[in-house]
Amino acid sequence: MTDADAPAGSMKPGSGTAPAGSGPPPVLVHGTAPDPDGMAAQPDAGTESVASVSSPLPGAPKRHRHEFLYFAIRNKKLLVGISVVGFFVLVAIFGPWLTSYAPLATGNTGWHPPSGRHWLGTTYFDEDVFSQVVYGIRASFEVGVLGGCFSVLLGMLIGFTAGYRGGWMDEILNLVTNVVIVIPLFAMLLIIGGYLHQLSLLWEAALIGMFSWPWAARAIRAQTFTLKNREFVGLARLSGESSSKIIWREIAPNMSSYLMLTFILLFGGAILTASFIDFVGLGPQGVVTLGTMMNNAFFWDALDLHIWWWFLPPGAIITCIVGGLYLTNAGLDEVFNPKLRSL
Amino acid sequence: MRRYFLKKISIYLLTFWVAVTIDWGIPRLMPGDPLQVFLLKFQAQPDAQKYLQAYFYKAFGFNQPLWKQYLYYWDGIFHWNLGVSMFYYPTPVATVIGQHIFYTMGLLVPAIVCAYFVGNRLGAMAARRKVLDNSILPASYLISGTPYQWFAMLLAFFLGALWHLLPESNAFAFGTTPVWTWTFIGNFLEHWILPFLSLFFIMLGGWAIGMRNLIIYELESDYAHWLQMLGSPARLVRRYAYRNAVLPQLTGLALALGTFVAGQIVTEVVFNYQGVGLLFFNAITNSDIFLMQGAFLLVIIGVLVANFAIDIVYVLVDPRTRVSMMGAEG
Repeated sequence: MTDADAPAGSMKPGSGTAPAGSGPPPVLVHGTAPDPDGMAAQPDAGTESVASVSSPLPGAPKRHRHEFLYFAIRNKKLLVGISVVGFFVLVAIFGPWLTSYAPLATGNTGWHPPSGRHWLGTTYFDEDVFSQVVYGIRASFEVGVLGGCFSVLLGMLIGFTAGYRGGWMDEILNLVTNVVIVIPLFAMLLIIGGYLHQLSLLWEAALIGMFSWPWAARAIRAQTFTLKNREFVGLARLSGESSSKIIWREIAPNMSSYLMLTFILLFGGAILTASFIDFVGLGPQGVVTLGTMMNNAFFWDALDLHIWWWFLPPGAIITCIVGGLYLTNAGLDEVFNPKLRSL
Repeated sequence: MRRYFLKKISIYLLTFWVAVTIDWGIPRLMPGDPLQVFLLKFQAQPDAQKYLQAYFYKAFGFNQPLWKQYLYYWDGIFHWNLGVSMFYYPTPVATVIGQHIFYTMGLLVPAIVCAYFVGNRLGAMAARRKVLDNSILPASYLISGTPYQWFAMLLAFFLGALWHLLPESNAFAFGTTPVWTWTFIGNFLEHWILPFLSLFFIMLGGWAIGMRNLIIYELESDYAHWLQMLGSPARLVRRYAYRNAVLPQLTGLALALGTFVAGQIVTEVVFNYQGVGLLFFNAITNSDIFLMQGAFLLVIIGVLVANFAIDIVYVLVDPRTRVSMMGAEG
């Protein structure tokens, strides 16, 4: 059996996540922790029975793709979310051509409100806020994509291994997951950043990734559990394929939509967490990020000096980007998950 | 039931051990001298500097072999002796933390509890009601993407710095001492409102979204259709749906605690609110490693206790877990 016989869309992304087997999209809880399987406070015995995924329909994959497109262009959440995020991606790419100021070039006349020369005014040090914002959006996307990638990859590695191997391997990985999930990410990053004094962009993303994978791993594990007992996986095993090949060729493609949703949530979460780190002053130095802008604005008294154009834009943009990502996630979930479509 | 709690407790104990080991290991395994910044405070002759360094290394126990330091660290934790703060030298870390914890709890616990109930209510109201859904849901997505520190700054700017409606920083007016008098309590509450509102509001979004989705899912289930067919009033069906949806939301509460901790820390920084979060932040800016360790430890203990409390509530609220666990035990 090849991939084509198990169409990528046949598995409903939300269906493994709800207590009764099929249901709501991954519940979005405060940005970072969509309740992966609704089971965290229940004994683990329930996890196996959780994800009773309906068997793959023997439909042609081509029709499925059309079907997704049909629902995608009619889904308001998805359209709004994608256009907001897309807009800021464009700003990040083309923004530097729109500004003639270097983001950290200081003037010598103090701060100025927004004007024709400085679209978003200037900071306490007479730096151009607009060009800082443009470069800050770039940095935010970089941290978000890298952090999201790191944690999805870790979550996949651990989730697939635990789910597919089972046995003692699963026990150990599950234990690790349960431990890491309880330790608060930000406190961990604070204490590490506190000794390193500052983190480079890459390290920031890597550390965020290193501690935000657990719920993804948990959800992927639960999905893998149900998929590994399917016939096509059994056939692949009989034909003597190696475990890693089975995971990549047979199991992963069947939850590709779910993995994408997971990545989007982790992407948004990473941007938010990075903004916390940058705000407390542990972010990368010499680089403008939206978080360090808020840090500078706050600690140079922008509030009392009424330099509102310094701290309003960076936070508003983070809100739009992350909110847009979550909206995209919800929209995509409805597109992939027929149960939610009728809304 | 006992097996369930034993399992939970053993995971929490393991987590505690891991966290304490990380807490202990980071300053010792990271590159650089943990006491360097501290010693810089004593601008002295080179000889005196050397003497001071030797003195403080001994005083803080850094001259011992690592395994001894580790055991001493555990011993200290069991005696609630977390070392001496370098910034507030020579006040012990435990004392410093003790002075701040009340403010953090006074802010965090009401914010979480209120946001949980109000957010869930809002989400339940929004589900399958066109007008409410089209207003509450987009707002909730925006709120859940809002950085805590930014919203806190907005409130501090508009209600504090610009319109002077409420004080924008500190937990009580400068120059007053915390005593149990009505004037002080009034003063404290006045300073409490803005940070509370800021936390409460941002926490709201996630619950509303989660509850809305769960209610829709519940309203689609067989028992809801059955009730509708029997002609039950919509309010009754929704009440059943709500009760079922509360359980996964409780699990969500446990998972969201980490984010709330982050929100609490940055909010305290913005409002200069003297809780453990601000203490943590100051410890980092001053490279006060013992205070950092103590604050981290406290955060971990707080999160573990909260997780355990949620486990207990979960079992109390959900009769199914009780029954199934009894059944599983035979």
